[in-house]
Amino acid sequence: MLQDKDRIFTNLYGLQDWRLEAAKKRGAWNGTRDILAMGPDWIIQQIKESGLRGRGGAGFPTGLKWSFMPKQVGERPHYLVVNADESEPGTCKDRDIMRHDPHLLIEGCLVASFAMKAHVCYIYIRGEYVDERERLQAAIDEAYAAGLIGKNACVSGWDFDVYVHHGAGAYICGEETALLESLEGKKGQPRLKPPFPAGAGLYGCPTTVNNVESIAVAPTIIRRGADWFRRFGRENNHGTKIFCISGHVERPCNVEEEMSIPLRKLIETHCGGVRGGWDNLKAVIPGGSSVPLIPKEICDDVLMDFDALRDVKSGLGTAAVIVMDKSTDIVRAISRISYFYKHESCGQCTPCREGTGWMWRVLERMAEGNARTEEIDHLLDVAGQVEGHTICALGDAAAWPVQGLIRHFRHEIEERINRYRADRPHVAVPENLPESVAAE
Amino acid sequence: MSARKPAKNQPASFEWTPENKAWCDEQLKKYPPGRQASCVIPFLWRGQKQEGWVSIPMMEAVARQLDMPYIRVFEVATFYTMFNLSPMGEHHVQVCGTTPCALRGAGDLIEVCRRVIGEPHHPTADGKLSWAEVECLGACVNAPMAQVSTKDADHYYEDLTPALLEEMLEKWRRGEKIAPGTANPKRHTSDPEGGPTTLKDPALYDGSPAAPIGELPNARPSAPAE
Ligand SMILES: Cc1cc2nc3c(=O)[nH]c(=O)nc-3n(C[C@H](O)[C@H](O)[C@H](O)COP(=O)(O)O)c2cc1C
Ligand code: SF4
Ligand code: FES
Repeated sequence: MLQDKDRIFTNLYGLQDWRLEAAKKRGAWNGTRDILAMGPDWIIQQIKESGLRGRGGAGFPTGLKWSFMPKQVGERPHYLVVNADESEPGTCKDRDIMRHDPHLLIEGCLVASFAMKAHVCYIYIRGEYVDERERLQAAIDEAYAAGLIGKNACVSGWDFDVYVHHGAGAYICGEETALLESLEGKKGQPRLKPPFPAGAGLYGCPTTVNNVESIAVAPTIIRRGADWFRRFGRENNHGTKIFCISGHVERPCNVEEEMSIPLRKLIETHCGGVRGGWDNLKAVIPGGSSVPLIPKEICDDVLMDFDALRDVKSGLGTAAVIVMDKSTDIVRAISRISYFYKHESCGQCTPCREGTGWMWRVLERMAEGNARTEEIDHLLDVAGQVEGHTICALGDAAAWPVQGLIRHFRHEIEERINRYRADRPHVAVPENLPESVAAE
Repeated sequence: MSARKPAKNQPASFEWTPENKAWCDEQLKKYPPGRQASCVIPFLWRGQKQEGWVSIPMMEAVARQLDMPYIRVFEVATFYTMFNLSPMGEHHVQVCGTTPCALRGAGDLIEVCRRVIGEPHHPTADGKLSWAEVECLGACVNAPMAQVSTKDADHYYEDLTPALLEEMLEKWRRGEKIAPGTANPKRHTSDPEGGPTTLKDPALYDGSPAAPIGELPNARPSAPAE
C-alpha cells in the first residue's frame, strides 16, 4: 500500500488551497530551475529510468516517446500538446489534477517542453470542463506573474508559453491526431499514421501528445528520483497511479495508489468494498469503458497493472474501475457502452461507422432476449471485423467490450434468448439480421 | 455519429458585443500567424454564450473573422455536440447517461427530466428549462450527475437523486442559483463518502516538502548517461 509521503497528488480532493503559494508549500515548483539546468537529455533519461508509462490509456513509455522528437530544432518549431480531453467513460482523474493541483501540471508542461525543446505548449481540455478550464487558466496566470513560465522561465534562460485550448464535446478528440485536427480548427477526425506526430503533428511541426497525468507526475519523479518512482509496482509497471472507482461500490472515489495493487484490496481499502459484499460482485471493467470486462473469478486476485490485466485479456487503460454487482443487467450495461461508441464514432471508416451502430442494435435486442442464439456468433464476427480494420483505435475500443461480454457471459445471453422464446411459442424471426454487415 | 441540423428560424444577423470582440482579438494571439482557424471552436463557444445558441449568421461572421470558408465553420458547428443549433432553455440540463452513471441511477434522473420538462432538446413553453441526455462528462465517481448550462456558467451537479433533481428543476425554473458540486453532504469532491482514506499525514502540509533539495537525485553522472 502506498503511504501518504509517497503520494504525488497531495491535493487530489481539493481539501487544500490550489493557489501557487499553497502548491509551493506542498512541493510544487521546488528546484525546477535546477532540473532545467541538468539539460534535456538528462531529463529524458530520468523519465526513461523511472519506468513511467503513459497514463492516457495506451501505456507507452513516456521517456521513450519524448526521445522521438528531433534532437535539434530545425525550421519548424516543436510543440508539446497536453491531452486533457478526458472522456473515456469511468475516467475523471485529470479533472482533479487540473482543478486541485494545477501547478503540478504547469510545472510538468515546462519540464517536458524544455526536454523536447518546445517553447510552446497547448493544453487541450474537453469543452465541458468549463470550471476546470477557468481554474487552470487562473493558475497559469499566477505562474506567469511569478516568472515561473513566460520569458526566461524560472530564470533558466528558456522562454516558455502555455496556452489552454478547448473542445466542444467529442470523445474522439482524445485520440491524439483527432485532437491535433481539432486544435487546428477542424472536425475531430483522426489522421492516418504515419506520419507520426513527432515528425509532423500540430501545424505540421514535430509534436508530442501526452496525457495530463503523465506530464503532471514528471517534475516530482525527477525531484525524488527515478529509483523512488520505480520502487512502486512490478517490473515494467512502475509508479503511482490515480484510480477512479465508480459503480457499485459502497463509496466511489478517486485515489492515488501504487501500481500493481490487487483490485480487491483497492476496492476494499478505499471504497468500503463492493455493495453487498465481495460475493455480490458480478464483474468489473478495470480500465475505462474501452477494455473488456472481467468476471468475479478473475477479480478475486488480479493485480491492477498493464501486464496483469493484459494477461487476463483486458487492460489497465485509464485505470477507471467500473464495478458491477449482481443486480446489474450486464447485457444492458455493455449495450449502453456500445451506444456510446456509436454516438462518438467520427464516421470516416465504414467498419466503425456502420459496425458500432449495428452492434448496439443487436445488443439492445439481446438485452430483451429478442434474438437468435446464432446471432451471438454473428456479433462476435462483426466485432472481429471492426477490430483492427479502422484508422484509429476507437474501432477496437468499440469491439473489445462486446467481445469481453460474450467471452464471459455468453451463457447469460443464451438464457435470455431461451427465456424470451419460451414465453413466445411462435417467435417471429428478428428483422435486422446481420448478413448485410457480417458477410464479407 | 450524431446527426445535427441547424434550426429553421434563423436571425437576420450576428454581431459580437464590444467586450466579446475584444476577447476574440486576445484569443488570436495564442496561435501562430496564419493559424487563426484554431480559434473556431472557442469563438463559436463564446458566440453561444452570447446568444444562447449557434446560428447560421454567427457561423458566417466567424468564417469571415477567421478567413475560413463558411462550410468549414458549418462542419465544426455540426460536428461538436456542445453547440446548440437551436435555442435551449435558460437552464439547459445535460444528464449523463453513460454506463457508470447508469449503474447509479441516471435512468431515474432522465425520467424526472422527461416528466417535468418534456421531450429532450425542446425548451419548456416559458423558455426556462430544457434537457438532453449526454455522454460521460468525466465525473463518474460522483455519479449520477448532470451539467447545467446557463448564459454565464456551466456547472456540474453531482451525486444526485431523482428527488433532489426535481427540487433543483423547480428552483432553476424560478431563476434561483444552486451551489454546484456534490449534493452529498458527506463528500467534498471526489473523495470517498465520509472522509478520505488517504492524504492525512500532516507532514504533507507543514511546508517540509518545500525545503530546498540541495542536489537532485542522480545529478552526478555515476552511471554514465547514454
Ligand atoms: C478514441 C480514443 C480516445 C482517447 N481519449 C483520450 C483522452 O481522453 N485522454 C488521453 O490522455 N488520451 C486519450 N487517448 C489516447 C491518446 O491517443 C494518446 O495515446 C495519449 O494522449 C498519449 O498520452 P500518454 O502517452 O501520456 O498516455 C484516446 C485514444 C483513442 C483511440
Ligand atoms: S475508427 Fe471510428 S472514430 Fe476512428 S477514425 Fe475510424 S470512424 Fe473515426
Ligand atoms: S459516466 Fe457519467 S460522468 Fe462518467
